[in-house]
Amino acid sequence: MDKRMTEADVVGELRDGMTIGIGGWGSRRKPMSIVREILRSDLRDLTIVAYGGPDVGMLCTAGKVRKAVYGFVSLDSIPLEPHFRAAREQGTIQAMELDEGMLQWGLRAAAMRVSFLPCRAGLGSAIMEVNPELRTVESPYDGQVLVAMPALALDVAIIHANRADSRGNGQYLGPDWYFDDLFCMAAKRRFMSCERVVDTEEFLKEGSEQTLKINRMMTDGVIEAPYGAHFTHCIPDYERDEAVQREYAATAKDPDAWKAFRAKYVDLPESDYRRVIGVSE
Amino acid sequence: MGMSVITEATLAEICVVACAEVWRGDGEILASPIGTVPMIAVRLAASTFEPDLLYTDGDAFLLGAPIPVGAPADTPKLVDGWMPFRNVFDVVWSGKRHVMMGATQVDRFGNQNIACIGPWEKPKAQLLGVRGAPGNTVNHPTSYWVPNHTSRVFVERVDCVSGVGYDRAAAAGPTASEFHEIRRVVSNKGVFDFETPDHSMRLRSVHPGVTVDDIVENTGFPLVIPDDVAQTRLPTDEELHLIRDVLDPQNLRDAEVKG
Repeated sequence: MDKRMTEADVVGELRDGMTIGIGGWGSRRKPMSIVREILRSDLRDLTIVAYGGPDVGMLCTAGKVRKAVYGFVSLDSIPLEPHFRAAREQGTIQAMELDEGMLQWGLRAAAMRVSFLPCRAGLGSAIMEVNPELRTVESPYDGQVLVAMPALALDVAIIHANRADSRGNGQYLGPDWYFDDLFCMAAKRRFMSCERVVDTEEFLKEGSEQTLKINRMMTDGVIEAPYGAHFTHCIPDYERDEAVQREYAATAKDPDAWKAFRAKYVDLPESDYRRVIGVSE
Repeated sequence: MGMSVITEATLAEICVVACAEVWRGDGEILASPIGTVPMIAVRLAASTFEPDLLYTDGDAFLLGAPIPVGAPADTPKLVDGWMPFRNVFDVVWSGKRHVMMGATQVDRFGNQNIACIGPWEKPKAQLLGVRGAPGNTVNHPTSYWVPNHTSRVFVERVDCVSGVGYDRAAAAGPTASEFHEIRRVVSNKGVFDFETPDHSMRLRSVHPGVTVDDIVENTGFPLVIPDDVAQTRLPTDEELHLIRDVLDPQNLRDAEVKG
């Protein structure tokens, strides 16, 4: 089965109000070309589940987000994500803030098709107060009281890989695969962009068998997107583009600056994006 | 090898050593530093009195030998193991870890806030979010590093409990408190612990040149002050050499510590 498609095909499958999980971590290996395509669409009222970075910030600023579910939102080298901050401070989004470990636990519960998984994390913290839907559960074995982390079931997951084949197998080549597989396993529909689509036999020329963390059961679509994670990092293909990230961060305080950023980096075809950031085709 | 060298220790270097001391006795666990001074501190502890500590390059690889902070990505490393975020969570929940986090606010029972200022529902200032603080604090020892000790940081009550303090852990029951420990708070003025009957914060030592009054004035709640307050120990000559020449040759530590 050939799963290749475009960013526009992905967005064509999305609907207002959907819950969308986004892979990567902070400002690292985020599926930004799909995020930009969502920005160009008229989608709205999305619930976004992520270890958040500029994906969350951009979607908030563009008015796409009804609710954000996150353990943090950060640009890493710029610790506070200014667009996300603005959305929270202006009260334009709902929020479900979680401990980082609880977030992966909720994805795992969804992946396991159970309604919750127990954990210690969260007990005693404000997380139990700001999320009144969270409950504790008593162990039937010894009475231990634990947080019952609810499943975070996703309508759609989007992730970005270093390499993929047309059948939907994915390979990461950087230091960490983050939680991309869990996002996929927690979702009904799963779309993976990648730096390059390769023949299956090419995978092992660049990484070991253990780098093949995404198998084709986990994916429904493959999008070839060179620099598709830009300006977040996609090691070893490229480092974070700190200059563009700074440019992005600086637009949070000024709607006109954001409009200019949008015009320069978002409201254009992806092939033009690569020209704008100065990489050869 | 005399006082001439030792007295040259800067405040940042004194803070590095005070932070390193929080891991003394921890043995073969993952030491996780958030911030430049704590990162130098872990590598210093591992290079001297706590050689069995596990620590990373700041990314996903455990190091078998320290590299300088701020070293370029292509710096050769002795990789001791692989620790992607997923494994970090496994380690957190197993308890074999001691993290030193920052704190935008910390209160007398060690509740910490890095999430937001003002009401969570519509914050005056959205910060990072709680990150791993809720899970860290109920699973394994946690310490805090505060490079700017003021009464805006050391507050009577934090706005959003990210890291859980002693009072809240006790109130949440035995599952929350059985592995809970706030080991130490290190600031640019002194070192603090919770070794009091009700686990309220105690002044453990003052940094050289800082007075108890200065600390009291800049702390927004009553501290437990022992009759004899110790002075934070000075770095040894070996420690100064390691900090300056091996672990932080770019002197990134000075940028983080408010004089």
